Amino acid sequence: MTLQTVLLVAAALFAVGLYGAISQQVVVMVMMGLEVMVNAVLLAAGAMWWFLAPDPTGQVLLLVVLAAMTVEMAMGFAVATLVHRHRGSDMTDSATDLAG
Amino acid sequence: MIGVLVDIGFWVLGILAVASAVLVFVVDSMARATYALALSFVAVGLSLLLLQQNYVGVVTVLMMVMEMAVMAVYMVMYMGMNPALMPMSMVHDKRAALAVSVAAFVVLGAGALLVPWPVRRGVPSPDVTAALGEALMGKQMLVMVVVSPVMVATIVGGIVLAAGRTRYDRFGDDLDVRPPRDPERGGVGR
Repeated sequence: MTLQTVLLVAAALFAVGLYGAISQQVVVMVMMGLEVMVNAVLLAAGAMWWFLAPDPTGQVLLLVVLAAMTVEMAMGFAVATLVHRHRGSDMTDSATDLAG
Repeated sequence: MIGVLVDIGFWVLGILAVASAVLVFVVDSMARATYALALSFVAVGLSLLLLQQNYVGVVTVLMMVMEMAVMAVYMVMYMGMNPALMPMSMVHDKRAALAVSVAAFVVLGAGALLVPWPVRRGVPSPDVTAALGEALMGKQMLVMVVVSPVMVATIVGGIVLAAGRTRYDRFGDDLDVRPPRDPERGGVGR
């Protein structure tokens, strides 16, 4: 286990999450893609911390990433509820006018 | 010997994390996708444990397992079907998404392998969890002080977005409409 190998796994996770976030039509599935991407960031940040500068400050950054994950999930569920209430659907294609 | 075991553990967990993340977008039911995502999160959480992130690793596993349970409930509510039995494939522009994703992997992977990473600075404290706690209660407290109002704003924003009818719908923008605009009349004095 080296920094490079962990970052390679994180890159694979990020790419898979990106595919999901771009290709999926259901709001909840888009959120799953975003979650996988943030998960990859978490793994990469953990590896950077351990292999480059293992002081407590880096761990705090990981907690911030976890907090961002929580916020993304909570707001995503709220938006899914809103879209479902107004459009009767949970598909991103039925809410394209959100783009302006 | 321990190093070899850690290497084997990391590769098993890494492959498990990526494979189950792929399964999320391949399996034909929402319930299976949720379980696959939970498995991917658990694998990443355990990988963090291998990187000596004891606290963050355990929090990741616990938080994500609960989050996936909430997600399963949402799917049952909004998909309007039995998520374990109903096959589904709801994607758009699959080929372009695949191309973007492969390009992202190539760029990030090349960066990981080609960048001359600096050598490690400093040594980890003997108890990294205690060191994290001391940092949060000491010189890094500002981070948590900033995260806290963000969390509160998330709670308020989430409720405002998700609530169907609020007091502003009933009493107007200045909360001065009397009697309240309710769909059914009734109650004391009305």
